[in-house]
Amino acid sequence: MAVITYLEAIRSAMEEEMQRDERVFVLGEDVGKGGVLNATKGLRDRFGEQRCLDTPLSESAIAGVAIGAAMYGMRAIAEMQFADFIFPATNQIISEAAKIHYRSNGDWNCPIVVRAPYGAAGAGSLYHSQCPESVFFGTPGLKLVAPSNPYDAKGLLKAAIRDEDPVIYFEHKKCYLSISGEVPEEDFIVPIGKADVKREGTDLTVISYGMTLNYCLQAAQELDREGISAHVLDLRTLSPLDKEAILAAAARTGKVLIVHEDNKTGGVGAEVSAIIAEELLYELDAPIMRLCPPDVPAVGLSPVAEKFYLLDRDKIREAMRNLALY
Amino acid sequence: MTQTRAKGTEVTVPHLAESLVSATVSRWLKQPGDYIEQYDVICELITEKVNVEMPSPVGGTLVEILVEEGRTAAVGEAICIIEEPGSAAESWPASGEDRQPDAPAETAPDSGMRGRYSPAVQRLAAEHGVDLLRVPGTGIGGRITRKDVEKFIASGQAVSAPQTANGREESGGRSGFRPGAGEPVQPVMPEAPRIPVRSTGIHMKEYPLNPKIEVEGQPEGRGEYFIDVTPIRHTIASRTRQSVTEIPHAWTMIEADVTNLVVLRNKLKDEFMRKEGINLTYLAFVLKAVVNAIKDYPIMNSVWAVDKIIIKRDINISLVVGTEDFVVTPVIKKADEKTIAGLAREIDDLTKKARAGKLSLGEMQGGTFTVNNTGSFGSILSYPIINYPQAANFTFESIVKKPVVIQDMIAVRSMVNLCLSLDHRILDGVICGRFLQRVKENLESYNLDTKLY
Amino acid sequence: MSVGQLNRHRMLGLSDDQVLEMYRFMVQARRFDERAIILQRAGKIPFHVSGIGQEPGQVGMAFALQKGKDYLLPYYRDFAFVLAMGMTVRELMLSIFAKAEDPNSGGRQLSGHFGCKRLNMITGSSPVATQIPHAAGIALAAKMQKKDFVTWVSLGEGATNQGDFHEGCNFAGVHQLPMIICCENNQYAISVPYSRQLGKARVADRAAGYGFPGVRVDGNDALEVYRVVKEARERAARGEGPTLIELMMYRLSPHSTSDDDMLYRTREEVEENRAKDGIPKFRQYLIECGLWDDEKELRLQEEVKQLIQEATQYADKAPAPKPEDTLRHVFAQPVGEA
Repeated sequence: MAVITYLEAIRSAMEEEMQRDERVFVLGEDVGKGGVLNATKGLRDRFGEQRCLDTPLSESAIAGVAIGAAMYGMRAIAEMQFADFIFPATNQIISEAAKIHYRSNGDWNCPIVVRAPYGAAGAGSLYHSQCPESVFFGTPGLKLVAPSNPYDAKGLLKAAIRDEDPVIYFEHKKCYLSISGEVPEEDFIVPIGKADVKREGTDLTVISYGMTLNYCLQAAQELDREGISAHVLDLRTLSPLDKEAILAAAARTGKVLIVHEDNKTGGVGAEVSAIIAEELLYELDAPIMRLCPPDVPAVGLSPVAEKFYLLDRDKIREAMRNLALY
Repeated sequence: MTQTRAKGTEVTVPHLAESLVSATVSRWLKQPGDYIEQYDVICELITEKVNVEMPSPVGGTLVEILVEEGRTAAVGEAICIIEEPGSAAESWPASGEDRQPDAPAETAPDSGMRGRYSPAVQRLAAEHGVDLLRVPGTGIGGRITRKDVEKFIASGQAVSAPQTANGREESGGRSGFRPGAGEPVQPVMPEAPRIPVRSTGIHMKEYPLNPKIEVEGQPEGRGEYFIDVTPIRHTIASRTRQSVTEIPHAWTMIEADVTNLVVLRNKLKDEFMRKEGINLTYLAFVLKAVVNAIKDYPIMNSVWAVDKIIIKRDINISLVVGTEDFVVTPVIKKADEKTIAGLAREIDDLTKKARAGKLSLGEMQGGTFTVNNTGSFGSILSYPIINYPQAANFTFESIVKKPVVIQDMIAVRSMVNLCLSLDHRILDGVICGRFLQRVKENLESYNLDTKLY
Repeated sequence: MSVGQLNRHRMLGLSDDQVLEMYRFMVQARRFDERAIILQRAGKIPFHVSGIGQEPGQVGMAFALQKGKDYLLPYYRDFAFVLAMGMTVRELMLSIFAKAEDPNSGGRQLSGHFGCKRLNMITGSSPVATQIPHAAGIALAAKMQKKDFVTWVSLGEGATNQGDFHEGCNFAGVHQLPMIICCENNQYAISVPYSRQLGKARVADRAAGYGFPGVRVDGNDALEVYRVVKEARERAARGEGPTLIELMMYRLSPHSTSDDDMLYRTREEVEENRAKDGIPKFRQYLIECGLWDDEKELRLQEEVKQLIQEATQYADKAPAPKPEDTLRHVFAQPVGEA
């Protein structure tokens, strides 16, 4: 096992899949030089510029071409330079990719991966920090994944590339270089649709994904010293949600805190909350809580704004403690 | 329409475009008796979106026109009848079968959900002192729904949340702890008074019921028992806790000589019973005395509202009534407007209702001052907990014959302690002292000339 | 007729049988389309989007491609095209009756939303022009996998204003993809006439913006269309990249059964264009080639009438999809299965 960064996990997943299956290729803006965030470094040198294809500046075409190629039988990985710029491709993703298999009554399918680097990494400002997962959430026909650590990042990307359906892969920019972990050298996948208990506990349940999951674990460790035992569930797949795991985790303690960097209203947390409320009324020991940034369009540049808007270990720890003491 | 229709296939108004719900027949191009080929145009239809010549979906003889020119028909409504030569064609929506949703399978009546109390049900039960074990459940699996509880409360069967214990400690003899799903609590009927025990209208069994307790899987001789906490007990717990934590309690006491009151009552009680059919209790006199004193010191009848003190105009006395199982406080509304006889009647009425568990919600709300007849249990000193959010709680202890000094001589008098717990944010010793003095004066002024009505 | 015009088809490489087949498809498509409108008005089907007047051009395009090999992305008026490429009238009827046996979508999509893997026909949707980037993707795959098929995609002139048209064309031009983009300019996008849709611009000229040739052609002349598309196909197969072809046509029918076309054009204009209808012109050409006559015409009409009738009845009686089928095919790989 090697310890690698989240970014390297993503890069190596693509490299290994491209090696394993010659139908796999990456396309997007600047992917040839390695991508503006270095996610595709080395791929062009190794596989050539056709399989690591620089596209014109047109997100809709990036997604649409990927969709066409995938329908033919290729395994296309479409990179959106930043998730903030995915919106021109929304029509292709929601009207087309999500519905191809359903509208053709099973005749055609669309095995694409749309990689979307999302989340605030510091000084990103309004258009390089957004979390747009809730825009696509709730669209039947799409699979959405959001790993929090290198192991899940690599396993999920491999699974996504091999999957027969369209997968939006949300990779958190803050995790890229700040989260490292052990990743096996042999081939492995993390199944799509399965959440993961990252920490067992008895006093409260915390459900999260992406970078905030890591903050939750850090906070849990600190609270442990105070005698508060947190049970932490990493969603990993946002759609379809692992309902079984969510309910089991919630029932474990009866107190649930959902944490995500996407703003509260209409976020994934709202759906998780509704699922728990619908099925576990008599297991609940406290109202289901959500900790998310405020409902403003995006996070501004100034550090003051970032501090106010973004979640961090301290804010999460306070919320966890309050719920534990309820 | 009562006219009989010709037999044949109905031709209906098609759904010609999105959002359309009707069409107007502007012209019939065929007449009854005409033979129509399938898809021959039979009429012209006008709609909001498109105007069309309508082809007939079937071939046959046009036998009847149902919608005349100029009239509008809804999508799906029949406009004419064509008698087909034998074949049957379907028009949109054509479907394999019209599937009726399966009737919900009859499930055997099960009561697995009887013990599942939703948060709403628990809250209501707590607020209104409802014993959920007595509430019929009309939800699935016998579940008690919120409506079930609301209905139960409205029917007057609930008993309000008690606010205080009568004694300093929780009485071990208090009955009414019932664990799990047992039978509903049976109200105990009042017994005839036993003279010479001082009777206040509250009749208790001589030997109160011991709590039914549940032994939880304990091996022999362990000696631990668990008693389930009923919703009412919950309410008492939370209410008293709230009162104690929020209101800074102070306490004071005064002694009153009620010898004359005793004489007065003994003289009048039999005739009163004959005439009114109810007991003339000391409590009626006490209430009158207290209420008059409140009139002189209205601040006793107030609530604390953080930045102001609200003095309530109506004097609604919360009367503490003890039942076999718990304590409730029905309210005598506008007690200052009542005579002693009227008060006696109210006391009797509310007490009986409380014992029978038939107090309505209205009868338990709106109290502004509490009077507790702790003496009926033999107490001579009490430290009552104020009934949040009132300002004071007054107790009338046991009347005890005592040797006292009057004019430097020893006499045997009927003496009674009057205790008062007060909210020290609103009240203090001076005003309460004055209030109690007034109550004492009122009580000591009862004599054989006192009018009941 | 001059010698040069006689047997134009032969000079283009089409056999007599082929042109007769072309005519047959045109007539089938026309009768199908007309019947579909009647069915909707009679309340037997919910909706139909018609392509009357566009049949000759579509058949011309179809014959220029390689059936069974080339990948096809038709748009929702291409009934004649899909018939010429192997879909049957019965299958089209099943589609507009929304029956379970419909190969395009199992009764899920509207009339004209084609899709059939068996025919290399990609599934289409209602948002217009999304198929252009898809076509580019398929052409890209052909290039990457070194396959020699060509990708053909069509759309209306209104759709050429969508962002996806420009993004797809640009992509195709940059990467010199083996594809043919055919714009069926039928003069109206629902009610908006060409003058309001593109103004003075020509669709064909847009190709220059992307670095590849754009050609305008008379969409009512099946043989001319054939010639142009054939040439474009050869260019693509040679690796010379995409071609944009603008077929000038006229939509004789309203946009759909929900459209009242008298709100935006006159009956005179429609009749004027009906006089230019390509089907009678093609029939005339066949007669002048000595390949056709009134008797054959009558026989064909009767044949097609039977075909349509049989197909209509078959579809009418065919079973609808089961209610629970609504839940099927959300995913090709349902979660939980490897």
